[in-house]
Amino acid sequence: MLKLLRIELFKIFKRPRTYIAFGAIAAIVLLFQIGMKFDGKSYLDLILSDVKDTFEVSDDFKNRLLNGYFICFAILNILLIQMPLLVALVAGDAIAGEANMGTLRLSLTRPVSRTEYMLVKFMASVIYTIMLLLFLAVFALFGSMLIFGTNTLVVFRSTEIHMMNSFDVMWRYVAAFGYAAVALTTVSALAFLLSVFAENSIGPIIATMSIVIVFTILSEFNIPLYDKTIKPYLFTTHMVAWKGFFYVQSDAENKTIDGTVQNLPAIMRSMGILIGYIIAFTGSAIWIFKRKDILT
Amino acid sequence: MKKVLLLLFILGNTSLAKAQTAEEVINKVKAKLDKVNDYEAKGKMKTNVIFIKAPIATVKVFYKKPNKLRINNESGISFIPKGSMNINLSNIFINPSGFDIIDMGKEAKTNLRIVKLLPKDENSEVVLSTLYIDEALLLIKKAKTTTRENGTYEMEMSYGNYAAYGLADKVNFSFNTKDYKLPKGITFDYDDGSKKENAADKLKDKKGKVEITYSSYIINKGVPDSVFQ
Repeated sequence: MLKLLRIELFKIFKRPRTYIAFGAIAAIVLLFQIGMKFDGKSYLDLILSDVKDTFEVSDDFKNRLLNGYFICFAILNILLIQMPLLVALVAGDAIAGEANMGTLRLSLTRPVSRTEYMLVKFMASVIYTIMLLLFLAVFALFGSMLIFGTNTLVVFRSTEIHMMNSFDVMWRYVAAFGYAAVALTTVSALAFLLSVFAENSIGPIIATMSIVIVFTILSEFNIPLYDKTIKPYLFTTHMVAWKGFFYVQSDAENKTIDGTVQNLPAIMRSMGILIGYIIAFTGSAIWIFKRKDILT
Repeated sequence: MKKVLLLLFILGNTSLAKAQTAEEVINKVKAKLDKVNDYEAKGKMKTNVIFIKAPIATVKVFYKKPNKLRINNESGISFIPKGSMNINLSNIFINPSGFDIIDMGKEAKTNLRIVKLLPKDENSEVVLSTLYIDEALLLIKKAKTTTRENGTYEMEMSYGNYAAYGLADKVNFSFNTKDYKLPKGITFDYDDGSKKENAADKLKDKKGKVEITYSSYIINKGVPDSVFQ
């Protein structure tokens, strides 16, 4: 199985299109960092518009606010919504790509069970997803820390502002990237499932993106009817739970408590739901593939 | 005979204390504060605002006559409320056109002398300052400042080692806060189901508080102007 996995990874990383995702991430992160370095204060003016009447918002304050931790949080805010597209590029191609090239039947003539074959294909997609995230972490987090330095992380929510001491931030990023890996694996599993039905990788990739876009819009809708009926069951609602690691607990006087998370059980519940989706999507993909007539 | 003389002496002193006008009290307090030309103070700052969750900050407070004040967070970022320059009490007395002083007598509970300062300049940002003064120690224990643009600030001071200079060991500064709300489209919040404050609670907590507890002062040793830039 390990040998199979190595072959699959070789195939993934041999294709030039695999590197499109790495290039896109590098470009977005770099462009964002350049923009923030030269005009970050304009971005902050928008965010601070509601507090500048009450608090002193000096240039020094803005410079401190624009630190590496804050920049990385802003990048993740933008990128983790777009990244499913990049993940779907590989996972959607896993089976459909083989079918398209006419190599699927040939691959299955080897003494490997279909379950093993599917598991290896899926594991290769997961490894690709994790590598993409590690690349993002190096560029967005460590790159920003190098360019902008470190300081207190200030997270602006729609009705609250959470501040974390700089020594209390790194573990949150480790946890958030870990969670993001699970969230993106869910998208990967969905694309993988759709890949089983198609004989051309474009179909599953576009279908995955369409589902993610529609679900994301539904998740962000503020319509009470959907809040309790649809939203809790959409995986996109739970994909943003990585942010929960940056919502810090506070005492009665609004003093933050280092090393805490406001609602850890909610994050764990969201993670459980995503893992449920991964198992359901991957299990379905294997179950369907085992019963499928392979004609190409 | 000695007892009668002692009684007369005490009564005489009491009547002298009573005779102290509000203007005299203010001048004495001002003179005490005027002994400080500059200072650099170390302390801890606690911010308590309904929509801000913040850690306790280690701060340095710099002051230089006539009205330069800066609060620096030594290890991170702090939201410093507007009007915080008033934590230096001598700033209350800075008004080129002077004040009308109104004596409001004594507060029943605390026996503090209440004095109101009304700036003579009609365009002054400060509309009214109310001071609660300990006459015996010549210390301002409480101050309320109403401004034209930024609402009302309240301060409560407790004194210790630096009382001789009129510098507090602890200042509680409260101020009006405005609503804070960012569109969800910008923040993409994760709704973790945490209990939300209802509208009534939010209205009740419209006052923000900042508490600075000073651990040390370096007084009249010079503070460079560059600190305030």
